[in-house]
Amino acid sequence: MEARTLVLGVIGSDVHAVGNKILEISFKEAGFTVVNLGVLVSQKEFVEAALETNADAIMVSSLYGHGEIDVRGLREALIEAGIGDILMYIGGYLVVGSQEWSEVESKFKQLGFDRVYPPSTLPEDFIPTLKSDLGM
Amino acid sequence: MNEVMVLVDIGSTFTKVTAVDMEKRVVQSRSAAPTTPADVSVGLQNALEGLNLAKGVLQPARVLACSSAAGGLRMVAIGLVEDLTAKAAKQAALGAGARVLKTFSFQLTEEDREEIISLRPDIILLAGGTDGGNTENILHNAKVLASLPEPVPVVIAGNRSVAQEVARCFPESFSTSIAANVMPQIGKLQVEPAREAIRRVFMEKIIYAKGLTKASRLINGIFMPTPAAVLRAGQLLSEGTAVTKGWGDLVIVDVGGATTDVHSLGDGMPTKTGVVVRGLPEPYAKRTVEGDLGVRVSVVSLTEAVTVPVMAEATGWSEERVEERVRMLNDQPETLPTNAEEVFFDQILGYQAVRLGVGRHVGKLSELYTPSGLVWIQDGKDLSKVSRVIGTGGVLINSDAPLTMLEGAQQAEVASLELRPESPQYFLDGDYILAAMGLLAQEHPETALTVLQNSLGEHELSRRDM
Repeated sequence: MEARTLVLGVIGSDVHAVGNKILEISFKEAGFTVVNLGVLVSQKEFVEAALETNADAIMVSSLYGHGEIDVRGLREALIEAGIGDILMYIGGYLVVGSQEWSEVESKFKQLGFDRVYPPSTLPEDFIPTLKSDLGM
Repeated sequence: MNEVMVLVDIGSTFTKVTAVDMEKRVVQSRSAAPTTPADVSVGLQNALEGLNLAKGVLQPARVLACSSAAGGLRMVAIGLVEDLTAKAAKQAALGAGARVLKTFSFQLTEEDREEIISLRPDIILLAGGTDGGNTENILHNAKVLASLPEPVPVVIAGNRSVAQEVARCFPESFSTSIAANVMPQIGKLQVEPAREAIRRVFMEKIIYAKGLTKASRLINGIFMPTPAAVLRAGQLLSEGTAVTKGWGDLVIVDVGGATTDVHSLGDGMPTKTGVVVRGLPEPYAKRTVEGDLGVRVSVVSLTEAVTVPVMAEATGWSEERVEERVRMLNDQPETLPTNAEEVFFDQILGYQAVRLGVGRHVGKLSELYTPSGLVWIQDGKDLSKVSRVIGTGGVLINSDAPLTMLEGAQQAEVASLELRPESPQYFLDGDYILAAMGLLAQEHPETALTVLQNSLGEHELSRRDM
């Protein structure tokens, strides 16, 4: 079957580049077509890249604690662009300090993410889930 | 090889011809005659007769031509997202030497369709979707375009998965051609194949529509839009050939009565550390056209962009006098300055057109404070280390003080966020041969490069303060 396309990037004013590269390699090895937008990616760039590439999912990273502010409105922007039902994951250091994970997870699910992953999640932990979410 | 090659540039007012002695690699003679819009072959014949050629030489000579007559190549560019495929399509059309009348993005509406009809483009460039990406948008737009009352040649340069299907949307009268996607992946620009396809359509279809058919009997080949020839000359001059080294990164500025064209050759990557590049990659050979910056037909919009107080300050004139002169030049675009003050006013106009045109062409820096410290974001090309700026076009070439105008290209403020050339050498296309050598480069790049380097070298402009 045709390779599924993922749009990948680190959102906001976040310059953490290493994890982003590891994700790119892992997704490619798992057979995905990866559109890696790199670091310092705005919401607009995620939306536009997903539109042009007809992406199957958007993979957002945030590693500096400001993720909540950065992703607010992203799902709504996707709805406006006509691709509101696209699958969307987020992972990383999503909040500052030690907040209860279940709270963090439900907060980001309310913000429109289908799956939310804590720090130190390994690619093999979520790639099978991603494949099943995409019906592969 | 022919002993002499003749290069023709059919402009909107003058038809310029240049004969090159291929053996000696020098300009043998030049001539110009007014363009005759009803039948351009008359003006071309007149110009050719002005060449100082020995009897019988012209006959066997090979003649190549470019043209910007009859309004130039008028195009509409269409993509999906404004900042992605639509921008890439616009860039491809500009690089092909077109006047981009308008760029459309997303699905064309009924109003867009009406607007395209009234714009009357010569060619439409239709893009949208990366390869394997979005397909519905370009298919939708193809169906809208296929319903235009008058057929228009369409160059399709979008998602290759549906390129054939897009082409099939059009009735045969539209004469579609398919080129590689202008943006095959996010972050990858591929404008050359589309530029080439546009040039082919221009050569095969547009010259007939522009009444250039009769002229084509006097011409052997390579009919391209003049700006494309200028960009080609810049590319040759920058890159050199397999044998001769080029000049490296450079900028070409062409100030006209109606528009200001800026061409840059160079990858434009950051020259300072700690800079992150954002946005769509920039083409190595990039052309921008500012339709509101010109010293005659566009003098009102130029003055609006500069503002009257700034013009008054620069000229030492009162604001009323500036406004009066601008009105005058607008009402009578053929006006030539008659005294020193009016000459100076024209120089200030030229300087401002160069300053604003180059300012819009170059990349810009912006500051971003992140938790890991200050980061500089670069949008567009960093041209700060460009070492050569070349002026061309009638306004600069016929001026007594081209340097005064061209210095508008340079970085004036120390801490500016515009990535303009910091301390370039200036050259003038004093023999008016950039377009001609761009044409010659298609067949004899080595000769074209030698002639170009020699001619520009003789027209280096030295600063008064040095």
